[in-house]
Amino acid sequence: MDRVVATCDEAVADIPNGAFIMIGGFGPPGIPVNLVQALRRRRLRDLVLIYCGGGTEEDGIGGLIADGAVRKLITSYPTHPGASAVRERYLREEIELEVLPQGTFVERIRAAGAGLGGFYTPTGVGTELAEGKEVRIIDGRAYLFELPLRADYALIKAYRADRWGNLTYRRTMRNFNPIMATAANIVIAEVDELVPVGGLSPEEIETPCIFVDRVVVVPREEIRRVARESR
Amino acid sequence: MPLTREGIAFRIARDLPDGSFVNLGVGIPTLVARFVPPDRTILIHSENGILGAGPKAAPGEEDPDLVNANGDYVTLMPGASLFDHALSFTMIRGGHLTHAVLGALQVSRRGDLANWRIPGPRVPGVGGAMDIAVGAQQVWVATTHTTDQGEPKIVEECTYPLTAARCVRRIYTDLAVLRVEGEHLVLEELAPGVTVEEVLQRTSTRLTVPDGVPTMEVPAEFAGIPLLAS
Repeated sequence: MDRVVATCDEAVADIPNGAFIMIGGFGPPGIPVNLVQALRRRRLRDLVLIYCGGGTEEDGIGGLIADGAVRKLITSYPTHPGASAVRERYLREEIELEVLPQGTFVERIRAAGAGLGGFYTPTGVGTELAEGKEVRIIDGRAYLFELPLRADYALIKAYRADRWGNLTYRRTMRNFNPIMATAANIVIAEVDELVPVGGLSPEEIETPCIFVDRVVVVPREEIRRVARESR
Repeated sequence: MPLTREGIAFRIARDLPDGSFVNLGVGIPTLVARFVPPDRTILIHSENGILGAGPKAAPGEEDPDLVNANGDYVTLMPGASLFDHALSFTMIRGGHLTHAVLGALQVSRRGDLANWRIPGPRVPGVGGAMDIAVGAQQVWVATTHTTDQGEPKIVEECTYPLTAARCVRRIYTDLAVLRVEGEHLVLEELAPGVTVEEVLQRTSTRLTVPDGVPTMEVPAEFAGIPLLAS
């Protein structure tokens, strides 16, 4: 039951070319930056990333895209400041983009993790993002059918973990991480701190260990200080 | 004289009742939080998982794990809660937010909203705009009445890609407050010193103009400075 691996490089060592990889995070919080950097060192090709933003040089996701490692990005908002790599590659037609409303993006992942075959959403009806999607009228309102979205790997970020892989989060680090943890074959968590099994209150565990395959501890001094002050 | 951006935000904040749960879009909508009357409790929702977002953190006080949907390092008000994206969009799509204040590229007379994409060789990015537009109980638009080039943003039909059809209830601009009433727009209020003719001239669809449209009450500091569109 010990899920802890020693290094980020070891944690991502078996990811093959062409893998579908979810990456958590929204803004800087919740991006598993050290796992992403380790993935970048693998020099893989043809990856499909499932990530809400466009990536920046600092978070490493922009770097992966700049390196040409990414064939396709399934995303919601790849147009934020700093997302220059995806912009350049997209305008040169060197990367495929699938852009989803943010609620649809997360719900497709949730559906996959929950074993559902899809769902109907009112979001996007009558827009260009509805093209090719089934429309169904339910109680007089139009909905679009959306499929579940799974991945081979999920790289997620959490705050504290035990050796079994139970995870907690702090502040807005949650975002997509607890959802992505349910929807990939192999789930790899980068965490700030490791505590003994039993050291996390059962009530604060947001991602139970059943979802987690590997844990890597990468302490952040800054967070230790902030967490102490806000206690 | 037209309102400043702060003036538009001030006017909107006056209409948010005590106990509102509000999502604010980027640009002018973000400013609304500054003008909430002190006797009202209004919880600001941020789609990355905050209900009860507070003002920006003071320099040096930022928590690296706490941002709002604009990517600003923010604070939490007492009583705030934190959650993941699935629950956040359950609030949005499930009709639990009482209000959303959004920016606009164009709004049609039926309340169709275009605010996510300018056609052309650009990276498309939609974020939460479509979910918020279909999900919030009341969608209000905060915008300049025209673009920087003087093109009307309140139009007969949107020519930019739609965010959602028939979702907007009210439009607050630097010139006026408009209400969407079925198939057409009603002029509700004028900015101080702005005439009905001026509003009609800068709007490219018909407006219903009731007799004696009132002038909105805003502090003098928010009127009189020419606006640039966001």
